[in-house]
Parts: sequence; structure tokens; C-alpha cells
Amino acid sequence: MAVSLRKSICLCLTALAVVALGHAPKSASADPLVVDLSNHLVAITTGFTGTDVLLFGAVQNEGDVIVTVRGPDQDMVVRRKERKVGIWINSDSARYKNVPAYYTSAANRAIEVIAPAKVLQDYRIGLENQRFIAESGTSDSEQEVYRDALVRNMQNAGLFNRRPAKISFLSNQLFRTDLHFPANTPTGTYTINVYLIRDGRIASVKTTPLVVSKTGVSAEVYDFAHRYSALYGIIAVIIAIIAGWIASVAFRKR
Amino acid sequence: MQIYLPIAEISVNIFLILGLGGGVGFLSGLFGVGGGFLITPLLIFYGIPPAVSVATAANQIVASSVSGVFAHWRRGNVDLKMGLVLLVGGIVGSTVGVWVFAWLRSLGQIDLVISLCYVIFLGIIGGMMLVEATHAIFKTRRKGGTFLRGKKHQHSYIHGLPFKMRFYRSGLYISALLPLLVGFFVGMLTALMGVGGGFVMVPAMIYLLGMPTGVVIGTSLFQIIFVTANVTFLQSVQTQTVDVALAILLLIGGVVGAQFGAQFGARLKAEHLRALLGLLVLSVCLKLLFDLVIEPSELYSIMPGNL
Repeated sequence: MAVSLRKSICLCLTALAVVALGHAPKSASADPLVVDLSNHLVAITTGFTGTDVLLFGAVQNEGDVIVTVRGPDQDMVVRRKERKVGIWINSDSARYKNVPAYYTSAANRAIEVIAPAKVLQDYRIGLENQRFIAESGTSDSEQEVYRDALVRNMQNAGLFNRRPAKISFLSNQLFRTDLHFPANTPTGTYTINVYLIRDGRIASVKTTPLVVSKTGVSAEVYDFAHRYSALYGIIAVIIAIIAGWIASVAFRKR
Repeated sequence: MQIYLPIAEISVNIFLILGLGGGVGFLSGLFGVGGGFLITPLLIFYGIPPAVSVATAANQIVASSVSGVFAHWRRGNVDLKMGLVLLVGGIVGSTVGVWVFAWLRSLGQIDLVISLCYVIFLGIIGGMMLVEATHAIFKTRRKGGTFLRGKKHQHSYIHGLPFKMRFYRSGLYISALLPLLVGFFVGMLTALMGVGGGFVMVPAMIYLLGMPTGVVIGTSLFQIIFVTANVTFLQSVQTQTVDVALAILLLIGGVVGAQFGAQFGARLKAEHLRALLGLLVLSVCLKLLFDLVIEPSELYSIMPGNL
């Protein structure tokens, strides 16, 4: 067993060396775009107040870079308040499917300048090129209003960012940007797309995942509350009874 | 210092929540009320989702009622039989209430119903308290205690109801349907509003059931413990909106605050206390009413999930 393991490690190393050697002379035509994140996991702990993830990379030849960050899809209900008998009541509503729980982008200069609108549309780059389709409830003329309301609400919650963040080039080839994740960042698997654009055309695309998940005590409590909800309820009651009893004992002494 | 609440899923300032619990605890010690009717709206104003506020407040009231009931139990101020009958109504009422809560939430109307319930009940109770207290302050001679009771053996249509039961501790022989209904109604309120419901139940016990004032508080506390426990359990199972971390923070603040409140309250006149409480209740009511009536700056709201 041990022998075969060592043998396979040897094989692997040899293979790697061969690949590396084979690649070296061809590096001129190698990957035009390389990217990575400082961290592939955003951990929401009890003290979480938001965090930055560094995205860095290199381009082979000069070009523009756009980064999009898209959170997990979810269904969203948009409701409109109307005045009825003097008070404001939720009345009409529309449901949207495939709304990203989070969306932000970054670019090294204005996106409109980097690529024509057609290209941005085709690749669905930028907030205005996200397609949310109402599943129910609204007429075509109202679609626009509801869509705007959805985007506006998400922006106010800090979950959508219309203005792209800044990507800075350190040289002609190395670039970096800080992706900010606020305190209310939704959990799930995020998709980060990095587009290399030259002469208004997409030259290369790299996709990298980012996982946002709760860890530590808050994650365990949440998990427990959802998985063993009956037990959670009983424990919540017991904690309260004990706390109340302790309080009454403390009162009595005074 | 920030702490991330696991169920509410937002980050809150730990001292602010402790202070909130402390402030409400102070007031509940001062006025001798549960404080649920203050804590739920305050949590909502702070930005905790209404569903989480209501369910978590119910959990916190379990503790404050337990701490209160011991003293009354020792003095024999709990009518156990009456408490149990109220409780049966309360369990049914709160179970129906939790179900209605989940249904309204799916319709997107839960916030409205919570606000409306608060406006109506706080308006009535606060208004009555203020009127009664100002009367008491300006009258040199006051008649008797806090509440004026009707004659105990006055016969009315109420006494014609079936299923009569004898409640020895309260000295009553009345239809079991009455306490069952009162319990049911208050149980609904507990589920929908995140309150113990003492502010509705105490007047109902005195005026409607005709119970002697001495056993009213102890008996209502006894019943509230079990009804709020039932609500905590059912909300945990059905909507997963009970935030234990938030409840514990409120508890700690509340316990400490209540001690100071009780000491401070001993130095104030009873009618002044009631007038102040009436004003406080009315101002919470007006704030909620204002939010319902003025045109909101954002007419649209979003919520994850299905229609």
C-alpha cells in the first residue's frame, strides 16, 4: 500500500514536471487571463459586520477587465402599498424568479466605454442587463415599475450595486480589486465572472465560485432551529423558565 | 459591540439591545406590567423583522411571567382552577393564532395586522388609563382601588350560560365558557402581537368574570406562562422565528431593569404612575398609527419566497 502510494506520488511529480516544462516555451500563447481570490469562503461568524475579499489577477496583453459578482438565485415577491380606508395596505404584487440575492460589479473604467451595449447585453453584464421575469400578477406596462421597485429595494438594502467598483491595474498586466460584502450578505454560493475585453469584444472569461456561509455558534443555532425546530422551541422555553426563576430568587433576597 | 443574531439574520448592537431590555424592564418594574406591548414595537422600530420580534417577545415574556408568579403563588394569589380553564382557552387560542400568523405572513399582511392590533389595543387601554388616572389625580377623594367592581352577585344574561363551574378561590359560580372565551381571545393576541395579554386579561377578569382583584394578577401571570410557552414552541416549529440569542439579551436587560424600576416606582404616587403609563402607551400607539396613515416614502416592498 505504502509502496504504491509513494510510487503514484512520484508519478504525479514527474507528470507535473513534464507539463511545466512542456508549457514553459509556449507561455506567449498561454492563458490570456488568470484570476484568484484572497479567500474562497466568506465566513459569517457571530461578530460579522461585513468583509472585503481581494480579487487579483493578470492579463497576458493589455485589455479591460470587468468583474461581476452574482449571489445565489431566489424567488422574490414585490408588493405595492395602496391607500385603503385611510391606511396604507399591501395590495398588488408580482413574483420574480431567479433574482440574485446579491449583485455587484467592478471595472477598470466606465463599462459603457469598455464594451458596446450589445455585448454587455449578450453576456448580461451589469445590473441593468439582468433579466428578471415576472411570474404572475402584472401587466406588461406595470412590469417596468415593479422591476424598478425590486432593484431599488435591493439597492437600498445594500444588496445590489449599480455603480461598478474600481479595478486598479498595478502594471499593464496585474490588476486587483476589493469586493465588499456587507453585514447582511445572504448566504450561498456566489459566482464571480471575470471578463477580459479587448477592442469591445470579450477575449476571455474566467469563472470562480465564492461560498458565503455561516460558521460558529450562529450557524449552529440557525441550523438547529431549522432542523430540530420542536426541540429548539422546548429549549427556548426551558431557558426562559430558568432565567425567570433565577430572577425571582434574586428579587427575593433584596 | 456588534452581535449577529442567528435567526433574525442581522447584526445588532449588543448594548443597544441590552439597554432596550433594561428600559422596558425598568418600566415593567415601575408600572407592574409585562412590557411585551412595548418590547415588540420597539424591536420592530429598531429593524428586527416583525415576525421575529413577535415570536421572540413571547419567549421573553415566559421568563418575566415566571419571575413574577412565584411571589403571587407564595401569597396564595393564584386561582389554580380558574387559571387552568383560562389556559385551555389560551392554548386553543394561541394555536389558532400561530396558524393565522403564518397564513397572514404568506399573504404579506402580517405587518399590517400586527400594527393594527397594536393601534387598536394600545389606543383603547392607554386612553382609558389616562382618563382614569387624571380623574384620580384631580379628585381629592378617590373611590376605592384601581378598578371599580360591579356587584358580585349581579345576575345578567351571562349567568344563564350553560356549563357552570364553581371557582372557590375566586368565590364564583359561573359558566366555564366565559373564562374559556377570555383565554381564547387573549391567546390569539399573544400569537399575533407578541404580548402576554395581561393588559386585556386583567380588566376582562375583573369586569367580565367578576373575579376579586387580589387573585387577578397572580392568576393571569400563571396562565400567561403557559400560553407564551405554547406560542414560543409553535412559532419555533412553524415559522422558525424565535431568536434565542435576542431573547437572552432582552432577558438580561429586563431582569436588571425591573429591579431598578420597582425601587423607583415605590417613590411615586400610584395615580401618577398610571397617568405616565397611559401617556407612554398612547405615544407608542400614535407612532404606529402615524406610520400606517402617512404616505410611505417607499410604496413597494420586497420579500423572498412565493406568493
